[in-house]
Amino acid sequence: MACIEARGVRKAYGATMALDGLDLQIEEGRILGLIGPNGAGKTTALNAILGLTPYQGELRVLGRNPWDERELLMRDVSFIADVAVLPRWIRVSELLEYLAGIHPRFDRMKTEGFLAKTSIKLDSRVKTLSKGMVAQLHLALAMAIDARLLVLDEPTLGLDILFRKQFYDSLLNDYFDRSRTIVVTTHQVEEIQDVLTDLMFIDRGRIVLSCTMEELERRYAEVMVRAERLAEARALKPIHERQMFGQSILLFDGTPREELAALGEVRRPSVADLFVAVMGKQNGAGGAR
Amino acid sequence: MNSEANAVPQSLGQGARVEARTIPWMESFYWCVRRELWEHRAVYIGPLAAAGVFLFGFLVSLLHLPHQMREAIADPSKMKHLGQSYEFAAGAIMIVAMFVQIFYCVDAMQGERKDRSILFWKSLPVSDATTVLSKASIPLVILPLLAYGAVIVTGFVMLVLSSVVLTLSGLSPAPLWTQLSLLQGALLLLYHMVTVHILWYAPIICWLLLISAWARRAALLWAVLPPFCVGMLEKLVFNTTHFAMWIQYRFNGGMEAETAPGTMPMNPMTHLTPGHFLLTPGLWLGWIVAAIFLYAAIRIRRNREPN
Repeated sequence: MACIEARGVRKAYGATMALDGLDLQIEEGRILGLIGPNGAGKTTALNAILGLTPYQGELRVLGRNPWDERELLMRDVSFIADVAVLPRWIRVSELLEYLAGIHPRFDRMKTEGFLAKTSIKLDSRVKTLSKGMVAQLHLALAMAIDARLLVLDEPTLGLDILFRKQFYDSLLNDYFDRSRTIVVTTHQVEEIQDVLTDLMFIDRGRIVLSCTMEELERRYAEVMVRAERLAEARALKPIHERQMFGQSILLFDGTPREELAALGEVRRPSVADLFVAVMGKQNGAGGAR
Repeated sequence: MNSEANAVPQSLGQGARVEARTIPWMESFYWCVRRELWEHRAVYIGPLAAAGVFLFGFLVSLLHLPHQMREAIADPSKMKHLGQSYEFAAGAIMIVAMFVQIFYCVDAMQGERKDRSILFWKSLPVSDATTVLSKASIPLVILPLLAYGAVIVTGFVMLVLSSVVLTLSGLSPAPLWTQLSLLQGALLLLYHMVTVHILWYAPIICWLLLISAWARRAALLWAVLPPFCVGMLEKLVFNTTHFAMWIQYRFNGGMEAETAPGTMPMNPMTHLTPGHFLLTPGLWLGWIVAAIFLYAAIRIRRNREPN
């Protein structure tokens, strides 16, 4: 069974289409990066998946309709929005008590175990914790919920690089076990590209690219082309071209490796470069419409 | 409600997943109420503080007690003056509780949106109905009961302190216990609180909660000004006061629980009219309106965009 299945999901705010016929399928056990420019519809898509916003179209999450069954769905889903959403007035111990009281899949001992490794004390109030500690706390809560789907919306926003690294390390080492599914949106693409198994680019409420990381490696290649072979390389129709240190770097989609190897050094493009190339093409196409 | 809890088809590779326990609705509700009390400590601190301040004042006034008692013994008609401080205590605590009630209602649904914690609460398996009902239970049940408890305990402490002071002054405290009809007063207060403050004011409380769920800011203004303006307009345009009268009725119509219309309460205990009160159409209409307001608050919390 697919973890998330969307067909033609639409959501309009006035005249703006936040989701413009979103189609996607995410299998269980994947770690999906949902990448898109600001205002592309990432958060709206996540809100629809979590049952926080009504929409048109068909959407099933873990076999449920999220809008009609949010309460039931949330037994199997954890969600971390950007760091500031834990209530500031609450004590850590009260949070644990409350979750243990209302959540059938929350393991209080697990959270206490995670927290013991940090400097967060059980009797602290959230408002006395630093931004990084609040993120640690929220992660410790989410990881102690035996969920089948974990949704992370910019979970490390505003945190320094040490915290960000730690965050994804504990997520992979202590939480992910191939039976869970993780969906994450972030602007810090480089930091998570090695963590992901799947990648989706979203723009103007539509999925513009969807592939596994293996497919990405097979399909896309970046070539540093020597000046004398530039014309030859351009004839192979690269999807993007940029300059670095006086050299041209061309990005190809689906061109056989053997042909490219003759032009220069071939390597895997970074997700960030691919993003720029694909989005650039999108915007070009959008302008022509 | 929870029958579907474990009905999710377990997919491949999920064999090791432990079956979750089912959480009864009352348990979720109980934790939501606890949560409200953690957040809004004024709900219990308010009545307690009022009781504490009053007791301090009463302690000072005990200096005059032996003198008052001697006067009362000489002239039994003055005995009822001794009972007045018990009424003051009840009044002070109830007024503080009403202020707490109003400010709680105004913040209850708005606060979680202001600090965006609603995103966290909504990521948990608790329905909007459970959350809103738990919030409504604070001003409708918990706070009145806490305030009543504070009144009773305060009265009892006052009685014990007075008895000690009188005994030390060589006077008998017995008249305090036998002639002030404090027990009757306590029962009367309970009746007044259940009928007027809970049953009759329910629509007003639910109105405040609804506005708190709806308004982005200044919920108290939104709750008060539009009805005020409607009354003003009616007066200016039609020169009638139906709306104002109706609002006024919502505030003091609850008195029908205590006296038959048109009579003055002499001995309140003999004038309680629960039957008449329960048959008042305004009471039932008020409950229908209160239910509609609560339902609307639940819908707004569910439909409102979280960001």
